[in-house]
Amino acid sequence: METTLFYLAASVSLISTLLVVTRTSATHALIYLIISLLSIAVIFYLLGAPFAAALEIVIYAGAIMVLFLFVVMMLNLGPSQMAQERRWMEPRMWIGPSILAFILFLEVVYMVAGSPVVTPGTAIGPKLVGEQLFTTYLLGVELAGFLLLAALVGSYHVGRRYMRSRREEVE
Amino acid sequence: MMQTAISVPVEHVLVLAVALFLIGLTGVLVRRNILFLLMSLEIMMNACGLAFVVAGARWVQADGQIMYMFVLALAAAEVAVGLGLVLQLERRFRHLDIDAASELKG
Repeated sequence: METTLFYLAASVSLISTLLVVTRTSATHALIYLIISLLSIAVIFYLLGAPFAAALEIVIYAGAIMVLFLFVVMMLNLGPSQMAQERRWMEPRMWIGPSILAFILFLEVVYMVAGSPVVTPGTAIGPKLVGEQLFTTYLLGVELAGFLLLAALVGSYHVGRRYMRSRREEVE
Repeated sequence: MMQTAISVPVEHVLVLAVALFLIGLTGVLVRRNILFLLMSLEIMMNACGLAFVVAGARWVQADGQIMYMFVLALAAAEVAVGLGLVLQLERRFRHLDIDAASELKG
């Protein structure tokens, strides 16, 4: 049964990823990308990596996708864009993502309500990951911190002039 | 045979990761809108993370998930700078076609 769950989630991720690449509007592609990330989170859970599954949802589908959404919304300003947005977000558009998300939802319900699908003793929990991360891979954590700091400074520098020009346009 | 968490063959999960990576790569090569380029890069990095996690699950080690977390940090850093560049591109050219920014010829 767990193999069926895996192949179902894998096909959902493949279909939604293909749809991401072939969409014409960015908002549609973003919604399908979120579905794709959720299906990969389900696969992580099935592979015995619950912490990675949680990170996938919290950081990828949460933080990074919201960042994308912010930028798409910043680029869409003005009344003509509002009409376009309404046309993009018509109800028919939600059918595809809803079906894919519903399949994933059924899988999660099955996993939570039914018998444990992951063999006990083989799942790698957050405790083990955290212990290794802050002992063996401590240097890697610090390097990741440097990288994130550099990205923070870099994105501030790159985006700063955009914000100033926007303000001047408004005034 | 070592005990793994699930009875799915590791090869099948790796095939899935490769397929996702190839879809992302096709997106990077085919699309010219920079937002779609960034999304395709996200798909590719996510496929790499999937390969790391399945390798960790195969040998019942935490290392795979740790490498996945580093990939995640990398993706967050990349997307922050990339979206800043998207805003700059929109400010300069009023559209998001990446070919408009091809002035830097080697």
